[in-house]
Amino acid sequence: MTNHWVDIKNTDLVLIMGGNAAEAHPCGFKWVTEAKAHRKAKLIVVDPRFTRSAAVSDYYAPIRAGTDIAFLGGVINYLLSHDRIHHEYVKNYTDFSFLVKDEFAFENGIYSGYNPEARKYDKSSWGYQIGPDGYVVTDPSLENPRCVYQLMKAHYARYTPDMVFTICGTPKEAFLKVCEMIATTAAPDKTMTVMYALGWTQHSQGSQIIRTGAMVQLLLGNIGAAGGGMNALRGHSNIQGLTDLGLLSNLLPGYMTLPGDAEQDYKAYIDKRAFKPLRPGQLSYWSNYGKFFVSTMKAWYGDSASAGNNWCYDWLPKLDKGYDILQVFENMNQGKMNGYICQGFNPLASAPCKIKVSTGLSKLKYLVIIDPLATETSEFWQNHGEYNDVDPAKIQTEVFRLPSTCFAEEDGSLVNSGRWLQWHWKAAEPPGDAKGDQEIMAGIFLRLKAMYKKDGGAFPEPILNLTWKHRQPDAPSPEELAREFSGKALKDVTDPKDPTRVLVKAGEQLNGFAELRDDGSTICGCWLFSGAWTEKGNMMARRDNSDPFGIGQTLNWAFSWPANRRVLYNRASCDPNGKPYDPARKLIAWDAASGKWSGSDIPDFKADSPPEDGMSPFIMNPEGVARFFAVDKMAEGPFPEHYEPFESPLATNPLHPANAAARANPAARVFKEDWSTFGKPDKFPYVCTTYRLTEHFHFWTKHVRLNAIVQPEQFVEIDEELAQQKGIKAGDHVRVKSNRGFIVAVAVVTKRLRALEIAGKKVHTVGVPIHWGFLGLARNGYITNTLTPFVGDGNTQTPEFKSFLVDLEKV
Amino acid sequence: MALQSLDITARSATTTPSPSVRGTLQVAKLIDISKCIGCKACQTACMEWNDLRDEVGHNHGVYDNPRDLTDQSWTVMRFSEVEVEQGRLEWLIRKDGCMHCAEPGCLKACPSPGAIVQYANGIVDFHEENCIGCGYCITGCPFNIPRISKKDHKAYKCTLCSDRVAVGMEPACVKTCPTGAIVFGSKEDMIHHAEGRIEDLKERGYGNAALYDPPGVGGTHVMYVLQHGDQPELYAGLPKDPHISPLVGLWKGVTKPLMSLGIGLAVFAGFFHYVTAGPKEVDAHDEEKSS
Repeated sequence: MTNHWVDIKNTDLVLIMGGNAAEAHPCGFKWVTEAKAHRKAKLIVVDPRFTRSAAVSDYYAPIRAGTDIAFLGGVINYLLSHDRIHHEYVKNYTDFSFLVKDEFAFENGIYSGYNPEARKYDKSSWGYQIGPDGYVVTDPSLENPRCVYQLMKAHYARYTPDMVFTICGTPKEAFLKVCEMIATTAAPDKTMTVMYALGWTQHSQGSQIIRTGAMVQLLLGNIGAAGGGMNALRGHSNIQGLTDLGLLSNLLPGYMTLPGDAEQDYKAYIDKRAFKPLRPGQLSYWSNYGKFFVSTMKAWYGDSASAGNNWCYDWLPKLDKGYDILQVFENMNQGKMNGYICQGFNPLASAPCKIKVSTGLSKLKYLVIIDPLATETSEFWQNHGEYNDVDPAKIQTEVFRLPSTCFAEEDGSLVNSGRWLQWHWKAAEPPGDAKGDQEIMAGIFLRLKAMYKKDGGAFPEPILNLTWKHRQPDAPSPEELAREFSGKALKDVTDPKDPTRVLVKAGEQLNGFAELRDDGSTICGCWLFSGAWTEKGNMMARRDNSDPFGIGQTLNWAFSWPANRRVLYNRASCDPNGKPYDPARKLIAWDAASGKWSGSDIPDFKADSPPEDGMSPFIMNPEGVARFFAVDKMAEGPFPEHYEPFESPLATNPLHPANAAARANPAARVFKEDWSTFGKPDKFPYVCTTYRLTEHFHFWTKHVRLNAIVQPEQFVEIDEELAQQKGIKAGDHVRVKSNRGFIVAVAVVTKRLRALEIAGKKVHTVGVPIHWGFLGLARNGYITNTLTPFVGDGNTQTPEFKSFLVDLEKV
Repeated sequence: MALQSLDITARSATTTPSPSVRGTLQVAKLIDISKCIGCKACQTACMEWNDLRDEVGHNHGVYDNPRDLTDQSWTVMRFSEVEVEQGRLEWLIRKDGCMHCAEPGCLKACPSPGAIVQYANGIVDFHEENCIGCGYCITGCPFNIPRISKKDHKAYKCTLCSDRVAVGMEPACVKTCPTGAIVFGSKEDMIHHAEGRIEDLKERGYGNAALYDPPGVGGTHVMYVLQHGDQPELYAGLPKDPHISPLVGLWKGVTKPLMSLGIGLAVFAGFFHYVTAGPKEVDAHDEEKSS
């Protein structure tokens, strides 16, 4: 989230799209009801299904799964063509006036630089025109046809209400009603919040859907303001912390990135990431990348890391490609992996295309499961009748099950969707032999280290030299780890402006990332978390809910990254002179008397930079402003374009009917063998979408009796018309099949799904909840991901669980 | 009663006068259907607080689960898909359970002394130790709420967490509701709160939004805010104008003395049977059947 849960109460309009907050985030949804009750806020839900969020909405509009870019592109077109945008905001705080390179082009749905064989772009043309002063050339009049505003306007002019109807199936009047409601928040003192979740991420173009949403919010001036923002609802505790700490294969802690194969040179690695300002007077905060990186390496390698050995840069893996979950299971299938350590993850149920996952696991020599529950993955080799029909005699994988603690059986911090690190305390002892995850990891690590020490090995240094200064080496405590990620001074840290002034003494905890140094005098496991544990103690354990400004900015409750800031980009909530656009919801303002920015939040800005200096609010971007034109940051192109899901009822993309290459995402990775596993609409005529129910949490709560009682048995949802065609009544059993397998479940026949008219033909949607499997207290069922395709988003590789094709029959 | 909040004002089949010295606040639970997201947290909290565990059942082609009230499920969510306005679908989700009528039909109908009581705060409670399992309370209830257990043949229903309310806590369902759709307090405050909600709903286009506090049963201590107050039947058949069945009146007037005689005879016969045949032995088969 750019904002936070409580802040949702400050909004005037809630758009729930690509999510279902009432069902998947019922406790957070309370802030929507607060906004409705106390600000008379309206709630819009756009979804293929009439969800429980829609049940309490003011307006619901249907949409075909996987067509959100077409819808949101239509909203952009509406806002631009009706001139319903926040002019001062976009002019000052975005790249509207920036000129784009002349070589940049977009033709027949494909951007310049495309290589169809590699399914990748050469992005060199996707950039700004740079002047002789090294800065981007701009045209404040916005008349130059190469300025971002003009290019964007032309790009989205194609997204007319008729085109939205053709692609999304959303009736024109419903679409225009949503546009009109959204447009009201272009007023400087009105905001809209966007609440989205996996309904946007789990598409082959998920990242671009989210970008399109962010572009709508920028046009309206809703980023940085109280009650505004782009608010990702994290679906899994602690998935926010997972990404923050860099547990994705290409990341380092705090969204630093691992070097690629070609980046063997340390200095070049840092220079490429420590962006220099692209406009005069801008901060470009990533220019501090070196300080974050060196402090992390010092935390990992201690005395072994020095300027002389580039802080052990050579010990870091250099990526030839990403090792996301799809790539890993592809490698298993190709016999390129021997073992797999599976911690807090149930891929047999959670990863797409169960047969491919199962085949991959069957080729391993060993599989280690670290989990509090008996997961389906841990029993993938066992025959569970129709639900897991495998022959154990043919599977030689040795499986080790290491029982771990669940959240209530351990101390630690969780990061919520609103970026708050909240400490929690153990409520119960774990049962049986269960151990904490740190203890299990330490056990594996110390044994590996002993083996490397004794037997040597190809590359022992990174293991042998890893810092491991824990009071109990075989069970590092959460407190020790938290102090490490927050950071401390190894030597006295002094004020750069006055070297005689000591900011932090050697050995003390740091107050925040501003104190990090790139000379090896500080350690910090995750720069974004710096300040979570200071000399004053554990900031994450704070529980003071006082709200002095009355807008839910409880700065003494827990710790919010970065720097305890609650609303990101909050400088943009003020006009260029530093006055809040809405004084009633003031986050910060320029105080000329004290020469500082201050207010109800920690300024996301250089605190003493006066408005007249012209520093722009988006300090993490070298431009200083927000980007409509994403330059080279996205795989598919600088402006999001609608592409069909890989499995779609349409043979062509209605925007580019003549170009087959522009049907589905041209920059999505597809493994060679998987092309043949995609189904076609002649055999699989129905759009299928998968989702969670409020009664269950993923594949955990089917092990809990109370949850099993309130939602006991697997079902699928179909509309009344389709049910009638197929002779299906509510409660009948149906078989849903994709080109990858089938499931059998009870039919829920409902008005909440309805056939949509898509490009002139009637398209039905089948809804399939995910929660069942062959273990637990709920009635056994099929694994929903038997059906789903093995393809992911072009940038993140998040699987396309939300839109694919199936057929359906009565059993 | 030791607790003021549990002063009893009415008892089934009893004529002994009730205490009336202490002034007790009338309480009410208000369920705002326009804020309910159907998450079933209230169902789960009810099972947890009251130590109830219904069976892991089946899906019957609907979201309602368990499908109906039982001796183990004292509250269930009832989901209704309706189109009040052409083309505008609504998913109305009503938390069903005892309404705690001011004039409780169950209590009137109950022939067993002290099996059903009404506290001075308005809560209607079943004292199962006095229940004879005759099922008259079901006949007497205009909302079809009480359920007879197959295990002990006694009637069960929502107690409005009388044990929690007695010590100043809100019912478990209220405490757990994430959206504040269920609130609890004095009946007066709840009516006032409902007025604000109804005003808001009217502004949002629900011209017939209203409070459901039906006079036919003297008002209730569980009330609803309905978007369509003129059509309560839309909400899974919530009765528009509930009344106590005339059969209950008949029972009270004419048949009660006869029935009381019948019950007396049954007790006598039971005693005679006990004396002659001895106490009932529970065998393993019975145990299995009841578990």
